[in-house]
Amino acid sequence: MYQVGNLVKELSDRHGRERESLMPILQDIVQKHNYLTDEAMVEVARELDISAAEVYGTASFYTFLDTQVKGKYVIRVCKTITCSMKGKSDIIHTLEDMLKIKVGETTADKQFSLIETNCIGWCHKAPAILINEMPYTELTPEKVTEIIKNYMQK
Amino acid sequence: MENKGLNKVDLIFEKIDSKEVLMKAFKMSSAEIIQSILDSGLKGRGGAGFPTGLKWKYTAAEKDPVKYIVCNADEGEPGTFKDREILDRVSNKVHGGMAIAGRAIGAKKGIVYLRGEYRYLLPKLMPELDSFHKMIKEIGYDFNIEYCMGSGAYICGEESALFESVEGKRGEPRNKPPYPTVSGVFNKPTSINNVETLVTTMMIINHGAQNFIQYGTKDSRGSKVFSISGDTPTPGIFELELGMTVQQFVNEFGDGDTKAVQVGGASGFCVPRKKFTETIIGFEGTPTGGSMKLFNSSRSMYNVLHNYLDFFTEESCGQCTPCRVGCQQLLKGVEKVKKGEAKSTYLTELMKLADSMKIAAKCGLGQSVGNAFKSIVGNFREEIIY
Amino acid sequence: MINLFINDQKVSVQAGTTVLAAAKKLKINIPTLCNHDDLCVAGNCRVCLVEQKGARTLIASCATPVSEGMDIHTNTLKVRNARKHVVELLLSEHRSDCTKCYKNQNCELQSLANEFAFGDHILLDLVEDHKYNIDRSSPSFVKDDSKCIRCQRCVRTCSELQYISAISVANKGAHQKISSFHDRPMSHVVCTNCGQCVNRCPTGALVEKTYIDQVWDAIYDPDKHVVVQTAPAVRVALGEDLGYDPGERVTGKMVNALKQLGFSSVLDTDFSADLTIMEEGTELLVRLKKALVDGDKKISLPMFTSCSPGWIKFIEHKYPEFLPNLSTCKSPQQMFGALAKTFYAKKRNIDPSKIVSVSIMPCTAKKFEADRPEMRASGFKDVDYVLTTRELAVMIKQAGLDFRNLDAAKYDSIMGDSTGAAVIFGATGGVMEAALRTAYEIVTGREVPFGNLNITPVRGMDGVKEATIKIEGCVDAWKFLEGAELKVAIAHGLVNANKIMKLVKEGKAPYHFVEIMACPGGCIGGGGQPIPTNLQIRKNRMKAIYSEDEGMVLRKSHQNPDVIAIYKEFLDQPNSHKSHELLHTHYVERDNF
Repeated sequence: MYQVGNLVKELSDRHGRERESLMPILQDIVQKHNYLTDEAMVEVARELDISAAEVYGTASFYTFLDTQVKGKYVIRVCKTITCSMKGKSDIIHTLEDMLKIKVGETTADKQFSLIETNCIGWCHKAPAILINEMPYTELTPEKVTEIIKNYMQK
Repeated sequence: MENKGLNKVDLIFEKIDSKEVLMKAFKMSSAEIIQSILDSGLKGRGGAGFPTGLKWKYTAAEKDPVKYIVCNADEGEPGTFKDREILDRVSNKVHGGMAIAGRAIGAKKGIVYLRGEYRYLLPKLMPELDSFHKMIKEIGYDFNIEYCMGSGAYICGEESALFESVEGKRGEPRNKPPYPTVSGVFNKPTSINNVETLVTTMMIINHGAQNFIQYGTKDSRGSKVFSISGDTPTPGIFELELGMTVQQFVNEFGDGDTKAVQVGGASGFCVPRKKFTETIIGFEGTPTGGSMKLFNSSRSMYNVLHNYLDFFTEESCGQCTPCRVGCQQLLKGVEKVKKGEAKSTYLTELMKLADSMKIAAKCGLGQSVGNAFKSIVGNFREEIIY
Repeated sequence: MINLFINDQKVSVQAGTTVLAAAKKLKINIPTLCNHDDLCVAGNCRVCLVEQKGARTLIASCATPVSEGMDIHTNTLKVRNARKHVVELLLSEHRSDCTKCYKNQNCELQSLANEFAFGDHILLDLVEDHKYNIDRSSPSFVKDDSKCIRCQRCVRTCSELQYISAISVANKGAHQKISSFHDRPMSHVVCTNCGQCVNRCPTGALVEKTYIDQVWDAIYDPDKHVVVQTAPAVRVALGEDLGYDPGERVTGKMVNALKQLGFSSVLDTDFSADLTIMEEGTELLVRLKKALVDGDKKISLPMFTSCSPGWIKFIEHKYPEFLPNLSTCKSPQQMFGALAKTFYAKKRNIDPSKIVSVSIMPCTAKKFEADRPEMRASGFKDVDYVLTTRELAVMIKQAGLDFRNLDAAKYDSIMGDSTGAAVIFGATGGVMEAALRTAYEIVTGREVPFGNLNITPVRGMDGVKEATIKIEGCVDAWKFLEGAELKVAIAHGLVNANKIMKLVKEGKAPYHFVEIMACPGGCIGGGGQPIPTNLQIRKNRMKAIYSEDEGMVLRKSHQNPDVIAIYKEFLDQPNSHKSHELLHTHYVERDNF
């Protein structure tokens, strides 16, 4: 959990307080914290003068605007057909073993979350994943192990 | 339909002097630009294939002083990744195409709706956009582009869902009419064009419409960037002339064991080997945004179908009954047939349901689910049952 | 005018008319589901699809404007197949336990299934896969997601009509659902319990929380004395669930039916409505004196009425800083409840612990109001159970009464007398009119200067109404108001309440007294009234309210003999210490999510 503090006010000053400001504000909060707390959504609702249910309804529509707790690094593994054909399952197994969590879960130290996602546009270099916004492609179990190790050391 | 054979083209990534092309365009009137695009026969490169010239013409005809040109960079169709490459390599041409479109339709503002999965491109794109703005200011053109980010929703590639998302709402497609050219983003007349379409318009202004007509067929003018993946030794993006047969395509890109090609992604059609020679890639044959997936004989078409149906069940916006529930019925239906919990004849009922979805769903997503379903079940029925 | 063809019949309509409306003009019925006259067009259920010649897909007739030369067919093979599929798809996501469902026989999905999808259903049942939630947290209503068909009428209602947007559409795809803020229980969010969503829900996904069984148990308990009060708006709408047209007054039969159901005493909320006028009228005049004469800065104007519990919860959530502006008067329901177990019990020599106090209300928020912890002035729960108009109709049917042929009966005495001023509480503007009829007379000694006491400027369906009443010729005690212009406003529907609150917040509201009803039309449009609802139905009910008023002998609250008696015998005078103890209340600040 994070304290939202002045963040929403600053983001509203930057993006505005119209309805069309909602997406950029939510996106910026997620960029910083990887998910939206209830407190954050209520603050946004207050700043923009829309109902909290509206904010939640909009956020929950978008896969990347998570309303459940996420770790510092969100790993999204593509599960669409080409990545599936090219070894996504092995990548998932490797990640589950390394992080000791199953798909959909977050590590106890809140460092990593592991989820599946739909086509991220790297089919010619499948299998591919996103870690936060960075794509990693042409993965093998060995490669992905290296990548995660690097993140663990950060 | 004319068979042009498989020919590689270099148009989209061709090096040009953007500034010169734009200066040329800004000397033309709105009507002249639109005529040029109409003459070229260019159709939208995102998958829907609407004549670009007509779209610009309709938008130009609207009287509202505030109009928008929107670049649809939400590229979410499974197997499509060409727009990412285009933005990465030649963003100047995308922005340039938007400026030309703005001049044609009378829009001073452009919006690029970029899918959230491509956010990593922003640190490269923003400085390029700054330079672009400086450049057109030098030329004396009043035009400004903003980027709006998506956040993981395939349906936001649908034009009216995209507008809803830009406006800060759930990406739920709107009722049409009114159409975007009349009432689009912020209810203003809007021309929404695919990334590749916009680059192509810039090249048409540069080389002229007649040059463009040399390529492609009567109803599918020009070339197209294809995103090729799956069981192929050469995955990647390739610019090819429109009007080739799937057989010619497979000869070039297959691994020698191709049993099916999915043309147009999850919302496209599955072409089985026996239909390779008779199927031509183009708007009059099998239209596509360019996604081409090759499956060899090791692949289970049941898995392919299941993957697509799972995709749609998740990505449907959920508002309309035929899509929200229809996708679930198709998905669970094929699972039951596969497991033997339903008779194989149940597939016939599902085919009828797919037919209904095609004409009852509120937007293109729901209307297209049946394409993959019917073509895979129709051509690989045995793989679904056994 | 646009000319088009529907089923080969020509019709001409204004531009902008939908195909659905054009078909209606030709008396061609196209089935609908997500469409509702009170709400904006949705176009999501796809039930109303028709075939347009030349179009690639079928078109939604509710969402498509007509165009010149359009060629529409409403019953082709394609349309019939698609329609059947749509209904079957809806049923496959819907827990069809009709025989157990409160909306059985009054469910729009059930009707559609009956007409278009009877016979074997081919598609798979998806209900178990969904793991639907049933939210019973609110005392006012139950939200059963397993019956929801995602027409979004409730969301549109809560947003367009009621402003509060306590529910919205969440998630997407197969997980799409109607949800509160982050799926919180409805009792823990800004929901005002107004029940407007319940009124418009086509299925049993949103229904009131019923207390019918508990009331039957009390009635059959020989140890209990069950007292029932009936709100004004019930008597002009109850008939709709018993075979009558909207706007037929069934007061006498209703009273008779209640007696036959076995209630020990059938009394009238209208009595305490008159009482509310005495208390609130006095409160207003005192506040005006303090503010305008004494210059007391602590007095907050405008004063707001406080009888609508949906409105009360709304202001508690959204504008808690203006709670001091609310009248401290309880609603008539709660005033009655407090007196039932004190004054009434004493007069009838009944042990108050044996009294079960029931109310019949056009309202779902009243169920929440009765449960408010401060509503125990009598030492017991002042109102034990609140039944909606709909629930009363169910009880009447359960008892097998031949309602239509019942003789008219009279309310019992002690708290059964009322005036026309009380009955008009049921319509928007009614509380204001009743208050003015009394306050004006107190201050000037004369009747309000409107023909036949009908203060027309405060009546009608406009969302926000304003009126200015000049006070002239005051009696000595009220000389300080001589020449003053009393500015009043009336709002109904929370979206209009919000308009007034915005003005108040900006300091731009010139009013002294404002009546606010949470429900469009006032109580006659309440969340507990017969379903369906639309503007014409509400207008009919409103007309009946004013007819009832005109038909009464006494039409001013201060003339009510029961009211005069209760002050003499028990309360002493309006705003007395005793009145404050039993008939006044306080409010709480609530979160804004």
